[in-house]
Amino acid sequence: MFLAVFGSVEQGIIYAIMALGVYISFRILDFPDLTVDGSFVTGAAVAATMIILGYHPVLATASAVIIGFIAGCFTGLLHTKGKINALLSGILMMIALYSINLRIMGMTSESSIGRPNIPLLNAETMFIQFHNFWGSLGIDTAINGFLSMRGVQYLPSTWGTLFLMSIIVLLIKFGVDWFLKTEVGLAIRATGDNKKMIRSLSANTDTLIIVGLGFSNALVAFSGALIAQYAKFSDIGMGIGMIIIGLASVIIGEAIFGTKTIVRTTFAVISGAIIYRIVLGLALRVDFLDTGDMKLITAVIVIGALIVPQYFEKKREKNRKARRHAERLAEIRHSLSKGGAAVAETRPDQ
Amino acid sequence: MLKLVQINKLFNEATPDEKIALDRINLHLNPGDFMTVIGSNGAGKSTMLNMISGALSPDFGDIEIADKNVTKLPEYKRSQMIGRVFQDPMAGTAPSMTIEENLAMAYSRNKKRILRNGVDRKRRELFRESLETLHLNLENRLNAKVGMLSGGERQALSLLMATFTQPSILLLDEHTAALDPSRAELITDLTKQLVEKDRLTTLMITHNMQQALDLGNRLIMMDKGQIILEINEEEKKKLTIPKLMDEFQRIRGEKLTSDKALLTV
Repeated sequence: MFLAVFGSVEQGIIYAIMALGVYISFRILDFPDLTVDGSFVTGAAVAATMIILGYHPVLATASAVIIGFIAGCFTGLLHTKGKINALLSGILMMIALYSINLRIMGMTSESSIGRPNIPLLNAETMFIQFHNFWGSLGIDTAINGFLSMRGVQYLPSTWGTLFLMSIIVLLIKFGVDWFLKTEVGLAIRATGDNKKMIRSLSANTDTLIIVGLGFSNALVAFSGALIAQYAKFSDIGMGIGMIIIGLASVIIGEAIFGTKTIVRTTFAVISGAIIYRIVLGLALRVDFLDTGDMKLITAVIVIGALIVPQYFEKKREKNRKARRHAERLAEIRHSLSKGGAAVAETRPDQ
Repeated sequence: MLKLVQINKLFNEATPDEKIALDRINLHLNPGDFMTVIGSNGAGKSTMLNMISGALSPDFGDIEIADKNVTKLPEYKRSQMIGRVFQDPMAGTAPSMTIEENLAMAYSRNKKRILRNGVDRKRRELFRESLETLHLNLENRLNAKVGMLSGGERQALSLLMATFTQPSILLLDEHTAALDPSRAELITDLTKQLVEKDRLTTLMITHNMQQALDLGNRLIMMDKGQIILEINEEEKKKLTIPKLMDEFQRIRGEKLTSDKALLTV
């Protein structure tokens, strides 16, 4: 049980980067960007291919981020300069990337042109390199020793991944928070909020949409590159439904933690991604559910996250009205006992 | 400051709905001029404003702002020199962003937007001082989301944002029409105050004749895409609503036969 949740948290943190990307396109730019399904795999494919070809994993990951940025910019170009509907430009880019991803992964073999997957079993990934350093610190033995004293039976082999990813995600979170408060960031947010207004304040909304989508897909590709190294493979199908997972994270997080400020919302999105993984992990432990049911479970989680808050909101509103009603009754009773003349003056709602 | 030369625009060309929106409009505003524009619906007032702002481009004719030909300049570049307030109080501000963030975007209108903090301590102080001039207590709600403000407050903020960087031209498109009378009066007073402060060259569309007479030093009346009456500073001081109505009747009787005047007092 502990191990399963631990694994979910690890994965959740990596997927949180993707969720932040979806948050930027979907919420900040108000642009339902389906490129994500393709650019996630692009990130994984670029990183895996470059690692197999012998490049340093950090360089491979950085390249994945840049290629993701370019992919996002293309979607933005299709929408702004090509005047193609937002959903459609995302879908077009997504299927275009499917072939491009096969080609990218195909670079690892001389015989075939395209290739649907790359295993990274014995490859030197970012995590393995970090674990070499981490292992020498002896923190794992300390934590696990402490936990086994407390009676936890199955312990993770390393805490290094969790530690490294937490640092990376926190850095990205602070980066996004800061960026969205800069002059450029404010203009991007206004583009999603009120295009007419920000254009009248001399901002080029086309450029802002292109850059915003590039930024969003750079994060998505980054997440894909890390997942490929974490799971030790890259596969052409690993991006299917990624946009829904991202949305699920955003919606779950916002429903639980609220959206009062940007700082709070980015925190909510990251937490949402982790919670989603935990719920999914727990659901898969149910006997009759199989890994093939994952997408169905995802759909159910998203539907739940969309409907349940409405129910609570309604209930809260009902309680509020009931309370106000009771207050009013008490007031009338009070003033009647005094002669009734004051009723009109003491209406609480004015 | 602003010069329109032979501006012409045809809508829906070669269809049964073809309509001359602007018919060879010529207009010249000197620095500091405040011109009010009246006219019935469909007269071309808003089209003219959209031409100046760059939201629409003329079929032919030239537009000059501050001695620079801007006819081919895209809207977002032109708006460095132009402040705009729209009729819809929701249109001029970003609802999910805070008051200070909205002001920060207005502040960077005529500067290059870079990766620097939009709101820092110095700017916040500047925003607070400017908001104080509105007397709406907004200076104490800098972190409130603009979506929470009332229509009047949002329009006052839009007006402040439009004039924040002292644009070469201020365009007001019936910016008090969607407000209740007392709020409209407040916005009218604010307009007067903000325009006078920086002596902004202003073009204001209104359907309210009293407002058209009270504000500004010049007045034009438009109909069917043409400027049918132009009143200069001296004449405008002596102008009254009945006189204006007579004038309108006289011109309409002579030049126009249609009966769609929609001017309200």
